[in-house]
Formats: sequence, structure tokens, C-alpha cells
Amino acid sequence: MKAIAIAGYVLLGLMALPVPAISQAMDLPPDAAVFPDGPNVKTVTQNCLACHSADMVLDQPLLPRATWTAEITKMRNVYKAPIGDADAALIVDYLAATHAPP
Amino acid sequence: MSAPSRRAMLAQAGSVLALSAAPAIAATGPDFPFPGGNGARPLASDFPQKGAMVLQRSRPPLLETPFTDFDSSVFTPNDKFFVRWHWSVIPTEVNADSFRLKVHGQVDRELSLSISDLMKFKRVEIAAVNQCSGNSRGFFEPRIPGAQWGNGGMGNARWTGVRLSEVLDKAGVKSGAMAARFSGLDEPAVSDGPRFKKSLSIERARRPEVIIAYAMNGKKLPLLNGYPIRLIVPGWYSTYWIKMLSDIELLDAPDDNYWMKTAYLIPDTSHADMKPGQTGVTMVPINRMVPRSFITNLGAGARVKANAPAKLRGMAMGGDCGVAKVEVSGDGGQNWHDAKLGHDEGPYSFRQWTAALTMGPPGEASLAVRCTNTIGETQPDTPNWNPSGFMRNVVERLSVTLV
Ligand code: HEC
Repeated sequence: MKAIAIAGYVLLGLMALPVPAISQAMDLPPDAAVFPDGPNVKTVTQNCLACHSADMVLDQPLLPRATWTAEITKMRNVYKAPIGDADAALIVDYLAATHAPP
Repeated sequence: MSAPSRRAMLAQAGSVLALSAAPAIAATGPDFPFPGGNGARPLASDFPQKGAMVLQRSRPPLLETPFTDFDSSVFTPNDKFFVRWHWSVIPTEVNADSFRLKVHGQVDRELSLSISDLMKFKRVEIAAVNQCSGNSRGFFEPRIPGAQWGNGGMGNARWTGVRLSEVLDKAGVKSGAMAARFSGLDEPAVSDGPRFKKSLSIERARRPEVIIAYAMNGKKLPLLNGYPIRLIVPGWYSTYWIKMLSDIELLDAPDDNYWMKTAYLIPDTSHADMKPGQTGVTMVPINRMVPRSFITNLGAGARVKANAPAKLRGMAMGGDCGVAKVEVSGDGGQNWHDAKLGHDEGPYSFRQWTAALTMGPPGEASLAVRCTNTIGETQPDTPNWNPSGFMRNVVERLSVTLV
């Protein structure tokens, strides 16, 4: 292999090409986590799994209610989660009960 | 490069429940020492083209490289390379014949390039670290919502591809163009959600080290790392390294899309540092990386021989330039000793290092490592903080027991 190093990158001469010519396919595994029991868990499961698995939520540090309220607002306003006010309040209650500092 | 099959994993795991249909998740993943806890994560071995990875999130996949893998080689194997997506609608299949990269907007000629069209540009190769902006976020204090990475949201690979500047020249960038915006085949899970798009200034996009890669460590990219092509922006955080790159749009105004204007911002301060709740700080899009270094041959709580030289080994990165110096300390950072640098794979790569450090008497000891890059920046002694948990690069400390 003939290689000329210039400021960190290398121009390659003749070498077997790693051509991405073959198409690729994959199967992704199912979600590994579910929302544990708690008040309104059904509402959480109905509203919080459309875009990401439950571990996105469960892996978070214990967060105060105000932070959870802001997160749900972000899901609705920024990421366009179709969640109504009533359900949003129930979801915040669940998170404040199950995933907030004592 | 096939991932170990579930059957093989179960066989290794022994006879316990070997025939059950349990998902390929081992109970014993890392328990990251995050402030406030909740750092235990499973290992998953059932992601395509991936070996055992720390499972941060199933969907869309967020997979962390187990830290011990950084000890094995300066390049991170493709099947151990971290995975990070924002939206869950990711094609599970890409046809290399029909795939096209579109270049449009402020250009003289719109392009629609097939893989074989791309292969006609001059081939270049570069070693570069790909690191998530939020790598190590779990260690921030106060904690910050987001992907709760340990230190394994990064990897180093040799990328092969073509220069972005040559592709841009073929399209002919108009003089009024202000930014090049990149997006891939992934899509929001809701139709009105903000599609993931990132931009570079024309000047940055034209830099010679910025490439469109079609190979990673000499093999085609795993789908989860962006097959068939991915943007490589050496020295800059991974948020710009668009996977399954399918669209380049030349804009005539600065990019005001959500992922540039609102997300991925850092305080424009030294070390991207500010106080929680501090107001009036100018925020700018995250950009260049900063130096980091790690000990890779010992884990926290390791037992090391007292009153004897210990062999330390690890890797460092300069950020957006090379590694000038790596130093190690056996007393929590009071006294520093130069480590010996390993082979230089280029300024954007990890650089391995070794050191022999004489240990003190029996008891607890705090080992530390720090990197100084070729523009004279050294890792800070105190951790930075910012509201998104970006750019952590504090000096790493490792407590060991001398026996
Ligand atoms: C419309 C899609 C959508 C729905 C529905 C949704 N989220 Fe999200 N969520 C996202 C996206 C996109 C992210 C960012 C993912 C990333 O960066 O990888 C995210 C990230 C998060 C995070 C990480 C912190 C952050 O701000 O990035 C938390 C916590 C979270 N979501 C909680 C929830 C909860 C609780 C619900 C149920 C109310 C929910 N999400 C419903 C799209 C959604």
C-alpha cells in the first residue's frame, strides 16, 4: 500500500477497495424495559412509547417534579408528542411518584 | 465481523436457563458511579452487527462501548463502536444500488450520486475519534436529563471515503451559500417532529479532513453506524457526523433548524463552563473537541501491588489536534510523571500511552491521568458544567487499593 501522509490524512494508492456495494439489512431487538407499576402507569405506557423505549425515561437520574413537568412540555412542544393536558398531568404525577428524589 | 450469536453467548453463560427464550441481556453490565445513583445498565448482545454493548436505550438504539474494550486496541472494533440515534424511524435495510446522495440548494448543478459515483472521487483515509457531545453526561453534578452515558460514548476508527470539498466542487457552491446542511435516512416518529439535520459553515465543510466515509476500519459501516455512508468531521463532536448521509443542502442563510439553533448549544465560555441557573450566557453551537485521557488497564477498585512499580496503560486524545503529552499521578494529582506515548496515528486519533508508576504503601490510592494537546490545552482539574451536559473533559481519577 502506497500512502502519503499530509497533515493527518492519508492519500491511498492502489489497495483492495472496501466497497459498500452489498446491500445490508438488520433486525432490531424488541424493547428491553417496561414502565414499572405506579399511579397512572397505563397513561404513561400509552403516551411515552411512541418515539422511544421506556429506558430513555427509566435511565434518567431521579428528577424533581418541576424537571419532569419541563420534560413532558418539551416532548409535546419540541418533539410534537400528541399528548393532551389531562394526560400530561397524570404522567407528571407518575414520574414524580416513581422517579423523583425523596 | 459477525456478532457472537445468542446461542454462543448462552453457551458461554453456562447452563443456567440456557434454553429459555430470554432476551440476550446479561444481568451483569456496568454500574456507573453517577452522582445520585441509577447507573446500573444491562449488557445487550442482540443488536445487529454488534457484540456485547452497554444498553442505554433499546429504541432508537443507544449503545455504549464497554470501557474495557478501549484497552484492547487503539482502534475501536466496528462491532464494539458506540451507537446513537435520535429518532426511531431508521431504515432496517439499505439497497446500495438504489441509494443516492443528493446535493442541492445554493449550487450550480444539483447532484444525485450513487455509491459508485462517489467511489470515482479520490479515496482518502483518516483516523479519527468519534465522540458524542454528551459523552460522560451521567457524571455531571447537578445531573442533567438526556442520554446518561458513562465514558464509552466514543470510539476511534480509520475512516475511508472521499473529500466533502470535492463533492461540493462538483456541484459548484454558489458564492452566496452560507452553510452546508446534512441529513440522513432516519426520520422522526411523528410527521411534524423536527428531522435531525446538522450544518457546517462552508469553510468547515471544505476542510481537507472532512470526508464522506464508506468504510470504517477497512470494512463497510455497520447499519447502526451509518451504512452506506457517513459524514466524518475529525476533531468535532459526533453530532455533526451524520449517519446514512443522504442529503446535503447548501443554504443561503445561517441554519435555524431546531438541532442547530436550540439543541446542541454550549456556553461560549472557557471549558464550556457555567453555573447552574446562571443567566445572560451566550450560547453557541457545540463544535471542536477538547483533550481527554483514560487509564484502560485498571478499573475502579482494582488491587495493585504496594511499594512497587505498576504498569499503567491507556489512551488519550487531543480534541481537534494531536496529543503532546500524557502525565500520570499516583497521588491524586499532586505529582505528575510523563507517560510514554505510543504510535502516532494522526492528530484526530486516540493515542495510546504506557507508564510505570511506583506505588506507595498499602492503602487507598487515587491514580490520575491528564493530557495536554499540541496547542497547549490541558485537561482541567475541576469538572465543567453546562445545562446540556456537554464536553466533559475533567482529569479522570481512579481509586485503587494498594496491597
Ligand atoms: C413524539 C415523540 C416522543 C414522544 C411521544 C415522547 N418523547 Fe421523549 N423524547 C423524544 C425525542 C426525539 C427525544 C430525544 C432523543 C435523543 O436525543 O436521543 C426524547 C427524549 C426524552 C428524554 C431524555 C431527556 C431529553 O430531554 O432528551 C426523556 C426523559 C423523555 N424523552 C421522556 C418522555 C416521556 C416521559 C414521554 C411520555 C410523556 C415521552 N418522552 C414521549 C420524543 C418523544
